[in-house]
Amino acid sequence: MTVEVRLPNILRPLAGGEAAVTAEGETLRDVFEDLGRQYPGLRGSLLTPEGEMHRHLNVFLNDDDVRYLGKLDAKVGAEDTVTLMPAVAGG
Amino acid sequence: MARYESVLDSIGNTPLVDISELSPNPRVSILLKLEGVNPAGSVKDRAAKSMVEEAEKDGSLRHGQRILESSSGNTAAGLALIARVKGYPFTVVVPENVSTERAKLLAAFGAQIIPSPAAEGSNGAMRRAQALAEQHPEWWFAFQYGNPANPKAHYEGTGPEIWRDCPEVTHFVAGLGTGGTIIGVGRFLKERNPDVRIWAIQPPAGEKVEGLKSLDEGFVPPVFIDGDGYSLLDRSRVVGPRESIKWARRLAEAGIFAGISTGAAMAGVARCASEIDEGTIVTVSPDGGWKYLSTDVWTGDLDEAAERARHELYF
Repeated sequence: MTVEVRLPNILRPLAGGEAAVTAEGETLRDVFEDLGRQYPGLRGSLLTPEGEMHRHLNVFLNDDDVRYLGKLDAKVGAEDTVTLMPAVAGG
Repeated sequence: MARYESVLDSIGNTPLVDISELSPNPRVSILLKLEGVNPAGSVKDRAAKSMVEEAEKDGSLRHGQRILESSSGNTAAGLALIARVKGYPFTVVVPENVSTERAKLLAAFGAQIIPSPAAEGSNGAMRRAQALAEQHPEWWFAFQYGNPANPKAHYEGTGPEIWRDCPEVTHFVAGLGTGGTIIGVGRFLKERNPDVRIWAIQPPAGEKVEGLKSLDEGFVPPVFIDGDGYSLLDRSRVVGPRESIKWARRLAEAGIFAGISTGAAMAGVARCASEIDEGTIVTVSPDGGWKYLSTDVWTGDLDEAAERARHELYF
């Protein structure tokens, strides 16, 4: 399964300056690991050394926060878009 | 209607209006709680009042002491009103890209405004306020992002009001800013009925985070973490400015004049209504449309309005 991954400004320099890249996988974890292989500099921003989600990275699968869809085990499908955003607050 | 001794007593007890005519699913009712009727114009009046009165009670805020906060506008307006009525001087750090109306409202209540760079967003304003708080230990820093009196206002006010007016609620959908509303209301509703589902709606971070140098500068409010937000929420979705404005316009067609964040919440409600078979969704309209008139939310071309909203803080 190939999915599109949209990157926020702060992560683009770690992925050759691209705003969106593609990656392969059945789950979000696969997608992140594939991204880490393609862009080794990006890996540390996607996953902690323990292989968990980064605390300040919000990951949306078609606009839905994956923290409530099984986190890294969330299944991805063709045509899906994964959007990465830094955690910020309003108020 | 009631008669009040003080304008501060008129905060809360807001109307809950059935707007099921906007529901994409005929088996799903939608009710919208109009927080724009609060005296400084938003849901944040509740948190502002709660934070000030808790601090008065525990002695951390004393007569004549200066109040400090950072805010994209609504919390600032609520605190400015309360500070004026109670006689506290008030200083607030506000990102310079909030709407003109917000800045002028603060001036009307006599707040001292310190602008912070647009590129740093709400988080930049917060960091500047934190630095000011360190320089001025004699001031009282409200710190809405970490002050337990913020969610408490919703646990003791907004939540019980919703339960009183709509005990058949199956889903609660609300915007995620400091986390105060969703943590306070969500916890209250789930304690009454564990089957109630809580959905958060957030704006895309995009334009707000130009100033971040790394992910480590990101911020999850202590109010959200301490309130165990990750286990309380059932879903969280991001809704962009275009869809938010589209829904603000649809609300106006139904006679509801509400701000852009209400449009965002409604976009989330519509998604929720389409995904569930039947139910009753309650959502919160954080503020009315007044403060956004200058941004042509209702009158201009939709794409142009969405593009402008991307550069302005509306949460």
